[in-house]
Amino acid sequence: MNSTWSRFNITAVTLGLAFLYLPIVLLVIFSFNASKLVTVWGGFSTKWYVSLFHNQGLMDAAWVTIRVGLISASVATVLGTLGALALTRYTRFRGRMLFSGMIFAPLVMPDVITGLSLLLLFVAVGLDRGFYTVTLAHITFTMCFVAVVVQSRLVTFDRSLEEAAMDLGAPPVKTFFQITLPVIAPAIISGWMLAFTLSLDDLVVASFTSGPGATTLPMKIYSQVRLGVTPEINAACTILIGIVTAGVIAASIVNKRREVQRLRDEQAAQRG
Amino acid sequence: MTNVALPAADTATAAQKPLPARLAAAFVSRLVIIVPYVWLLFFFLIPFLIVFKISLSTTAIAMPPYTPVLGFGDGISGFIDGLKQLSFDNYVWLTQDALYFNAYITSVIVAGISTFLTLLIGYPIAYGMARAPASLRPTLLMMVILPFWTSFLIRVYAWIGILKPEGLLNQLLLGIGVIQEPLIITNTYTAIFIGIVYSYLPFMVLPLYSSLEKMDHSLIEAAQDLGCQPIAAFWKITFPLSIPGVVAGCLLVFIPAVGEFVIPDLLGSSRTLMIGKTLWTEFFTNRDWPVSSAVAIILLLVLIVPIVFFQNAQARAQEAGR
Repeated sequence: MNSTWSRFNITAVTLGLAFLYLPIVLLVIFSFNASKLVTVWGGFSTKWYVSLFHNQGLMDAAWVTIRVGLISASVATVLGTLGALALTRYTRFRGRMLFSGMIFAPLVMPDVITGLSLLLLFVAVGLDRGFYTVTLAHITFTMCFVAVVVQSRLVTFDRSLEEAAMDLGAPPVKTFFQITLPVIAPAIISGWMLAFTLSLDDLVVASFTSGPGATTLPMKIYSQVRLGVTPEINAACTILIGIVTAGVIAASIVNKRREVQRLRDEQAAQRG
Repeated sequence: MTNVALPAADTATAAQKPLPARLAAAFVSRLVIIVPYVWLLFFFLIPFLIVFKISLSTTAIAMPPYTPVLGFGDGISGFIDGLKQLSFDNYVWLTQDALYFNAYITSVIVAGISTFLTLLIGYPIAYGMARAPASLRPTLLMMVILPFWTSFLIRVYAWIGILKPEGLLNQLLLGIGVIQEPLIITNTYTAIFIGIVYSYLPFMVLPLYSSLEKMDHSLIEAAQDLGCQPIAAFWKITFPLSIPGVVAGCLLVFIPAVGEFVIPDLLGSSRTLMIGKTLWTEFFTNRDWPVSSAVAIILLLVLIVPIVFFQNAQARAQEAGR
């Protein structure tokens, strides 16, 4: 079927990608605009980037966002991986229905509900709102995304590898760290990255659960966007886009290398 | 949670091992379930119960701005007293004020139209990708996913610069003489549709692509050999086989779109009535926690059918992948 990539299909894919990328490309271009009017080209300039780095409020918010992202993504990756193992390895345990429900529901739950419910929980247990409450909230909703990513790798996992290790006398915990973990590592890494970007991106849940002194970058950007489109925000967005793009491309290259290596190893193993 | 079924291989080898090692293994395997389970119970399920509880309490001018009911500290009699104080006033209030009802209806309609538009735009893209040369597919897939990794807020913000009256789209159209007057797109429902379609397009394309890619193309060839027109073959074979992808994609777009806040807030007008925005205003501007809790509970009830549907689809896909 790969002989006939018809004109219709090529057009559909090209137009689709253009629709996806054009707004982002325009935003990046206009971040280098000398004119203060965001939509009129006034020559090339990097002055908005300079003024960005002198904007203390934005810089503080960026730092808070990165710390929340790093901590919450790491904890969410551990919890999400455990959740994925529980879902795929234990087909029967009491409350499994509820458990899988709690893993899948947050994927589609509207942010406003998640944010409000977590805030009311923090108030109920008397936790002061701030850095840690945002982090806890982010762990909760991103761990489910990690669980789904890791789980999709686990279902295609060849259990006979683990069985072989255990037949040779490896205890289950050692088998997990020596056999299972290396195989699902790419999924865990992409799960971490997904959790990190979701945390970096979140406005609504953070707005509900944060308190004074813990303003995240999206909250800051949102409050400025409400006042209007400014080239400085374009510059901030461009930097964020650059970081995310570089990260995703690097991860996909690493994944591809590992995949190639794995295939080679498997072939070598089969030849004996 | 306690009767964990150990994997077959595990029990086979466990028989030869000393008891402490077996107990340790059983403990670890239980921990795998218990840790994420307890986390989700505490941070996902209990918060909903609290929202429900507060939605039944009355507004007070204090911090936290509601009169608590149903405390568990005063024993059974206190609990029963609390039950008597429960008030459904907030729900009655929601039914009496047409604003809320309209907001729910508008949200469902806007989300429904947007989902349909996303499907119309996403299907040809997914179809084109699934028919692309196999070597090109991973790259195309990554290109569709990449914008999804970029901030949601940034992508919505990018459209403001394009759609506003003195924005890029109007400049282009005025420049080439298609229109004489700038189009008013921002602060309309059109802008909200564009925003939702754009933001959620990858959610639609990915499940569609995965169901279309798995499809056996020889079925189409067989149909065409037997004299079926390409378009008829599409509706008789391709589309029915892609239904699981269509359902998953539509649910992934529709459910979050109903409660969407950022898009209607930034691209819609101040009069745009959508329930996510109403909840936000009720909470942050009016500081009415009980009413916003009641709004959240009703929103959850509106979404419960599609959410359960989505979960079952996920569970089935998971069983099939096993």
